[in-house]
Amino acid sequence: MDVKDIIKPENLVYEKPKLLTDNTMHYCPGCTHGVVHRLVAEVIEELDIQEKTIGVSPVGCSVFAYNYIDIDWQEAAHGRAPAVATGIARVNEDKVVFTYQGDGDLASIGTAEIMHACNRGENIVVIFINNAIYGMTGGQMAPTTLLGQVTATTPCGRDLDRNGYPLKITELISQLPGTAYVTRQSAHTPATARKCRKAIKKAFQNALDKKGTSFVEVVSTCNSGWRLSPVDANKWMEENMFPFFPMGDMKDGERDAPDAYLKKN
Amino acid sequence: MTEEIIIAGFGGQGVLSMGKILAYSGVMQDQEVTWFPSYGPEMRGGTANVSVIISDSRISSPILHEFDTAIILNQQSMDKFEKAVKPGGVLLFDPNGIVNEPTRKDINIYKIEGTKIAADLGNVKTFNMVVLGAYLKAKPIVKMESIRKGLEKSLPERHHKLIPLNLEAIEAGQSKLEEVHVL
Amino acid sequence: MGELRLMKGNEVIAEAAIRCGCDGYFGYPITPQSEVMETLMVREPWDETGMVVLQAESEVASINMVYGAAGSGKKVMTSSSSPGISLMAEGISYIAGAELPCLIVNVQRGGPGLGTIQPSQADYFQTTKGGGHGDYKLIVLAPASVQEMNDFVELGFELAFKYRNPAMILTDGAIGQMMEKVELSDYKPRMTAEELDAKCGSWATNGKKADRDYNIITSLEMDSDKMEANNLRFQEKYRQMEEEEVRYEMIDCEDAEYILVAFGSSARICQKSVDIARAKGLKVGLLRPITLYPFPKKPIAELAKKVKGFLTVEMNAGQMVEDVKLAAGCGNSSVPVEYFGRMGGIIPTPGEVVEALEQKLIEA
Repeated sequence: MDVKDIIKPENLVYEKPKLLTDNTMHYCPGCTHGVVHRLVAEVIEELDIQEKTIGVSPVGCSVFAYNYIDIDWQEAAHGRAPAVATGIARVNEDKVVFTYQGDGDLASIGTAEIMHACNRGENIVVIFINNAIYGMTGGQMAPTTLLGQVTATTPCGRDLDRNGYPLKITELISQLPGTAYVTRQSAHTPATARKCRKAIKKAFQNALDKKGTSFVEVVSTCNSGWRLSPVDANKWMEENMFPFFPMGDMKDGERDAPDAYLKKN
Repeated sequence: MTEEIIIAGFGGQGVLSMGKILAYSGVMQDQEVTWFPSYGPEMRGGTANVSVIISDSRISSPILHEFDTAIILNQQSMDKFEKAVKPGGVLLFDPNGIVNEPTRKDINIYKIEGTKIAADLGNVKTFNMVVLGAYLKAKPIVKMESIRKGLEKSLPERHHKLIPLNLEAIEAGQSKLEEVHVL
Repeated sequence: MGELRLMKGNEVIAEAAIRCGCDGYFGYPITPQSEVMETLMVREPWDETGMVVLQAESEVASINMVYGAAGSGKKVMTSSSSPGISLMAEGISYIAGAELPCLIVNVQRGGPGLGTIQPSQADYFQTTKGGGHGDYKLIVLAPASVQEMNDFVELGFELAFKYRNPAMILTDGAIGQMMEKVELSDYKPRMTAEELDAKCGSWATNGKKADRDYNIITSLEMDSDKMEANNLRFQEKYRQMEEEEVRYEMIDCEDAEYILVAFGSSARICQKSVDIARAKGLKVGLLRPITLYPFPKKPIAELAKKVKGFLTVEMNAGQMVEDVKLAAGCGNSSVPVEYFGRMGGIIPTPGEVVEALEQKLIEA
C-alpha cells in the first residue's frame, strides 16, 4: 500500500488544530510544552475566540510561545506576565487575556505579580507549567525543585538548609479570594491530556464569563533538564512529583463575595 | 506689580489654604500666581509654610529667600522669617504663641489678634481668614470680589455655605488690624 | 480660552491625562508625586471618559501593566519618583525595545538611594543616557511651569505615538508640589481601535483579525543580524527625533555675553538670576532646553561662536554640563563651560547663581 492511500480524509483520527502555526517548535522531544500549546490552541479554536484572545508569553522555554499559536501575543519580561496581562485586560474588557508561564517565571521572580493579579481577581487565565527546573537556562534549581533533586545549581541534590523548601505556589494561589478556578493537572497520557484540556477550556470560559482569575497548573516533565529519556521522565514525574503536587481542583466557582472582607463600620 | 509673600505657622492653622485662597484670588483678577508649599515630613513636624507670588507679569523663580510680606503665626516662623523680609516690607503676626515680638526697624510691622477674633466670631477655624483680612488691609493687593471668587474656586461645593462666614472673618480682620511699627 | 484653574503640577498631570483621552494609568504611591494617582482616583475618570486607573502592587508591576496596555494600542501612562523610576528601568527598556508608545512622568527627588523627598534633577543621566539596559532613547520633556505640566502630557503622547517610543516628562518635587495658574486643555475623546489603525498602522495586539497576520509585541530577537537591524532602525528613529523634535527657549540671549543653561525648576531660578545680573549691568541670557532628549545642541553651538562662556545650573552634581560642553565644543572649542548646582534637595537661589557666574566665568 502506498502512503497516499493511507493519508485520506476518511482515515483521519488526529488533526493539527488550525490555530497551531506551521513553525517548527524549538521544544525538546518529549517536552510537555508542545502538548499544552496544542490544548490551548484547541480550546481557543473551539470557543471561537481567536479574534479576541491575547496571549502573554514569559521568559523561559516558552518565551517563543508566540511563534506557535495564531493569535496576537505580547512577550513579557521575566516574571511580569500577570502585570502585562492585567494591563491588557484592564483597557480591553472585551478581550480574553491569558499568560503562559513556567515555574521559575511564575513562582520565583514573578511571585509578587502573580499573587497580586490573582488577589485582585484580574479577569485573566494563567497557564502554569511546573517542571521543577529552569529549562531554558540549562537546568538550574527552580522554586518547585524537590528536596534531593539534582539540578545544575544543586549538584548534590536540593538541600533544605541551603535552598529551603519546594514552593506549592498553586496551593497559595487557591487561598486568594480573587481566583475563580484553581486546578492542578498533567498532560502525560491521553487521558490526563483530555482532562487537562477540559480544565483549560473551563478557565477560558470563566474569562468569557468574567468570573475572576482562572489558574491551571500543569505538572510537566523536562527530560533534557532532568537528564532522562521522555519515558523515564514521565515515570519520574509520577513517582516523585505527583505525591508532592497532587492532581485535582483546589477551587472551582467564582471569586469570593466581598462580605467577609468588608470593613465593619 | 509683584508681591512675594511667605505665610508660616503650625499645621492646622490653615496656612496652606490661606495661601491658596489668596493665590486663587489673583487668578480671578487675571494675574500670574505661584503657590509653593513646604512638603513632606517638614509638615508632619508641625510647621507649615507656603510662599505665594502674585504678579502682573510672568513669574520667574517660584522659590524665594526674601519676601515683600511675611505673615507669621508662631515663634519658630518668627525666628526664621523676620530676617527674610525685604527692607521696607511688611511683617504681620498674631501675638498668640509669640514670645519674642519682632524688633526690626526697617520694615512695617502689624499685629492681628487672629485667634481671639476668630473665637469671638464663634468659629476658631476662621482664624486664617481673619489673618488674611488683616493682610489685605495692610496690603490691598486683591479686590474683595476676587477673594469671594477665589473662595468659591478653592472650597469644595459642599463647603460653599461657609463662604459668608469666611467673608465676615476677613472683614473682621480688616477692621481690627493694629499697627505696631510703620515706617 | 480653556478653563483657568489654580492647581498643583501633580494634579495637573492627572487632569491633563483625562482630558487628552488617556486610556489608562497604572501607578504606585511615592512622594513627591502621589497626588497624580490621588487626583485621578478622586476624579473617577472611568465614569467620565472610560479611562482606567489602577494602583499596582509595585513600580515594577506598574510599568509592565503600561507595557501590556500600550502593546494593545492604548494611550497609557504611569508616574513615579526617582527610586520608583529605577525600579521601572527594565520595563522601560522593554517598551523602547518593543517600540511602544507610552508616557512616563518622573517627579524627581534627591538621591542616591532612598535619598530625600525634596526636589532634585539628579536623574538627568538616567533619563537621557539610558536608565535601563541596551541602546535606547526616551523622548524627554522638561516642564518649567505648571502650565507646561499640562501641555506636555498631550505633547508627550503625541510624540510617543509619532515615533512609537516611550516619552518621559522629567520634572521634580518643586513643580509637582507647587500651584500655579493653568489653562486646562479641552477634552479630546479617547482613540478607537480603528482610529489607531488609521493613524499608526495595525501593529497592536488587540485581537487577530481575519484580514491580517497575528501581531507580536516583543523586544526579543535571537538572530543577531536581525537584532542589529532592529537597533539600526531605532537609531534612525532617534536621528529623526534629533532633526525634528528639539525644543528650547531662549531668554535675553540676543546681546548676551554669558549664557545660563538650565531646565525645569532650575530654569525658573535662572530667570530671576538673569534679572539680577542685568540689573548689575552684566549681559546674561538663559537657554532653557525643553527637550532634554533630543538635546538642543545646535543653538548652543551657535551661541558658542559669540559668547564668552556658559554656566549650567543644575540640581545635581553636574550632569547636563557634559552635554553643553559637547555641544559648545562643536561651535567653539575654547569657550568655557562651567557648572553650578546644589544637591540633596536644595534649590539654588537666584543670587547664588549670579555669584557663581561672576566667580567661575567673569572674574576667572
